[in-house]
Amino acid sequence: MRQALSDEILMSIDKPARYIGNEVNMVRKDLSTVDVRFAMCFPDVYEIGMSHLGIQILYDMFNQMEGVYCERVYSPWHDLDHIMREKKIPLFTLETQDPVKSMDFLGITVQYEMCYTNILQILDLSNIPIYAAERTEEDPIVIGGGPCTYNPEPIADFFDLFYIGEGETSYRELIQRYRENEKKGGTRKEFLQQAAEISGIYVPSFLDVSYHEDGTVAGFSSNNSHAKNTVTKELVMDLSHTYYPEKPLVPFIRATQDRVVLEIQRGCIRGCRFCQAGQIYRPVRERDVEFLKEMAVKMLKNSGYEEISLSSLSSSDYSHLNELLEFLIETYQGKGVNISLPSLRVDAFSLDVMSKVQDVKKTSLTFAPEAGTQRLRNVINKGLTEENILHGCDLAFHGGWNKVKLYFMLGLPSETEEDMRGIAELSERVAETYYEIPKSERNGKVNVTASTSFFIPKPFTPFQWAPMCTKEDFLNRARIVNNRMKEMLNRKSLKYNWHEADVSFIEGLLARGDRKVSKVVYLAYQNGCLFDSWGDSYHHEYWLKAIEDAGIDIDFYTTRPRKEDEIFPWDFIDAGVTKEFLLREWKKSQKEEVSPNCKVQCQGCGAVRFGGGICFENKN
Amino acid sequence: MKIRIKFAKYGPVKFVGHLDMLRYFQKLVRRAEIDICYSAGFSPHQIMSFAAPLGVGMQGFGEYTDIEVHSTKSSKESLLSLNRSSVEGVDVLRYIALPENTPNAMSSVAAADYFVTEREGYETEPALFEKFREFMALPEILIEKETKKSSAIIDIRPMIYDMECVEDGENLGIHPMAGKTGIFLKLATGSVNNLKPELVLKAFYQYLNREFPVFAYSVSRLEVYGNAGSEAKPDLKPLDFFGEEIL
Ligand code: SF4
Repeated sequence: MRQALSDEILMSIDKPARYIGNEVNMVRKDLSTVDVRFAMCFPDVYEIGMSHLGIQILYDMFNQMEGVYCERVYSPWHDLDHIMREKKIPLFTLETQDPVKSMDFLGITVQYEMCYTNILQILDLSNIPIYAAERTEEDPIVIGGGPCTYNPEPIADFFDLFYIGEGETSYRELIQRYRENEKKGGTRKEFLQQAAEISGIYVPSFLDVSYHEDGTVAGFSSNNSHAKNTVTKELVMDLSHTYYPEKPLVPFIRATQDRVVLEIQRGCIRGCRFCQAGQIYRPVRERDVEFLKEMAVKMLKNSGYEEISLSSLSSSDYSHLNELLEFLIETYQGKGVNISLPSLRVDAFSLDVMSKVQDVKKTSLTFAPEAGTQRLRNVINKGLTEENILHGCDLAFHGGWNKVKLYFMLGLPSETEEDMRGIAELSERVAETYYEIPKSERNGKVNVTASTSFFIPKPFTPFQWAPMCTKEDFLNRARIVNNRMKEMLNRKSLKYNWHEADVSFIEGLLARGDRKVSKVVYLAYQNGCLFDSWGDSYHHEYWLKAIEDAGIDIDFYTTRPRKEDEIFPWDFIDAGVTKEFLLREWKKSQKEEVSPNCKVQCQGCGAVRFGGGICFENKN
Repeated sequence: MKIRIKFAKYGPVKFVGHLDMLRYFQKLVRRAEIDICYSAGFSPHQIMSFAAPLGVGMQGFGEYTDIEVHSTKSSKESLLSLNRSSVEGVDVLRYIALPENTPNAMSSVAAADYFVTEREGYETEPALFEKFREFMALPEILIEKETKKSSAIIDIRPMIYDMECVEDGENLGIHPMAGKTGIFLKLATGSVNNLKPELVLKAFYQYLNREFPVFAYSVSRLEVYGNAGSEAKPDLKPLDFFGEEIL
């Protein structure tokens, strides 16, 4: 096997196995039978990228297509990045170790905003021009996909096209049109025109955006007759008869997700108003439980993994959860396979399951109330009540648990000091619940850990209109929580953690940015920003300088209140949920009114038109 | 029932470290459906023990791990399913039963064979064999050996059981070594005495009075030995000598 890196280089960097490929279940193809080569990239370090289920699904899908070879690319860590630049080694794929530049496509999945500079690193190290406008017939077609591309605008200049929505549906046609164009000897632009006609495909260079004097968007107009004015997200309606990686790739080094991952459903019925995933993956679609059982068995057999975990936004809502868990426990208990549970709603059933598969003394209970008071939980439409939490804790404490983790957000719309103090007070009541049970039944001391992250408004959520707090405001709020924590009677059992505010602020800018923000990303990268989601690698001063040099007013994007009729940079994308619905939810939130979930009562979000999922299932 | 597995690790997989190799084997035996024993408890682990760990970047052609199984198929069938489930660069060579009281792979290691070849594109010693033969004739080889806390001058000569200049690696019995020139070393290995081949090369360059070019030589481990004799009268045998084919 050829290696792109010499032994000397591999021996002088950290974790060389990140770059050698050759893992279990890696696909090998005879290149003479391949006419389309697709490099699939997760722009972060190997251990993170290899843990991503979406890539594994697409890797499996592409490699099932005849004549198509899908290979993987991850971000070289800082140490190798320096060496590659110094020695002018072009970025390569893991499978064949061939240069990325020699591929037909480079597909990049964009899972979080703080990986944007890593995207530029990938292009740069591949010797592909960073700006799409500068690319030639020699360069691969650069495609973006994943949740962040629901607002592709801050990175639009760097991509030839975006695939909006779930990958299982339109790639076959895209590849077909590529082949036809190649056969005709068509140009890059001709292919992009062909691509623009496909459902879910957005070609940024074919869309013009005009702005008002105040900097807000005035309108969109397509400048090419092949391109649509609105791009509708793609989604798979039948998740039980589609691609799923029966033979998952098994890395040599320990990945973040070192286990079989079983995606039980897509979407979420809950409609929390801050959550983007809960909106863009509507409607909820479950996978057939028999399909899941079969996959679990096959994947464990083919990978040799010793652990399996279930994945979804809200696993307790999956209608066959009991059956699936019972099957897994029955089939695998005592056979060296751990079952790692997703965060389930804490009730008698889940506690029973947990006590079977985990060591109660070592695991903690997790709750995500997100806000400290019922009033604010109503504002964000988080169904969890204090009673739910305390009752769940009481049950668990009697069952031997003594560690509780609580997750909150600070800076939510309408948050008052009372809500902030409520975080400490709720934590205190959890501790009190523990000490209410007789000493003889307790299991030592209780540990309650409350963590807060800072609220960042995201596109396609009811809070897309909401202003974000300033950094000072954020830290001030954390201080209020912290002070209140110290006043609590059981303070010795309570622990409080809060996030850095700097990164959140940049994330806020990128999340709701427009095309003008791409300059900031470009300059930040040039200043040396890379791996921004890794605390140690993050350089706030480089970002601030980039913002200044790009002439961008960050407050315009973050702290500015939006008018109800403002056109947003992402409004040309149809994510399934209508803007009217989102606005309705925004107004309800201001009146502190909750919306029942999809199972209880349809809220008319617009996703019904996809013709399936929860919208058509029996309601009770 | 105790099983000893002999395997080779070569090509890019040589960059997979020892602990990751352990994890690799845990998954490999599951894929191959070997009926391995687990420890009790909430996170049971397989009963598995590796002989001397191989450094990152070094190839191994006679590596060992011992496992404990409830039941087993024949050596032949087990080898087949293990190799079917393995990747390019990890070949399982033998699968043999050990007598009940055999000490585990880790504790029984006494020596190992290495083959040192020159890497292309690096400056090595031009008169390698001639100089190395002089080096081999030295009655004692003193070198500074650094431990975590201190360093000491030691004589490594007694830990070198054999040294040879090899014109053609064909006779070494390891297929990928055929046609290669290099230096063969048999060195004390294990928990009592342990000499790494790099230290011998360092000593050689110290003797040449030149700086040791770290990347100029590539080292492969060919075989690992246990002691079938006594401490006073050692009798070195490859670790697979201690087991028997399962029919
Ligand atoms: S249309 Fe109704 S049931 Fe369907 S996802 Fe939207 S709110 Fe839920």
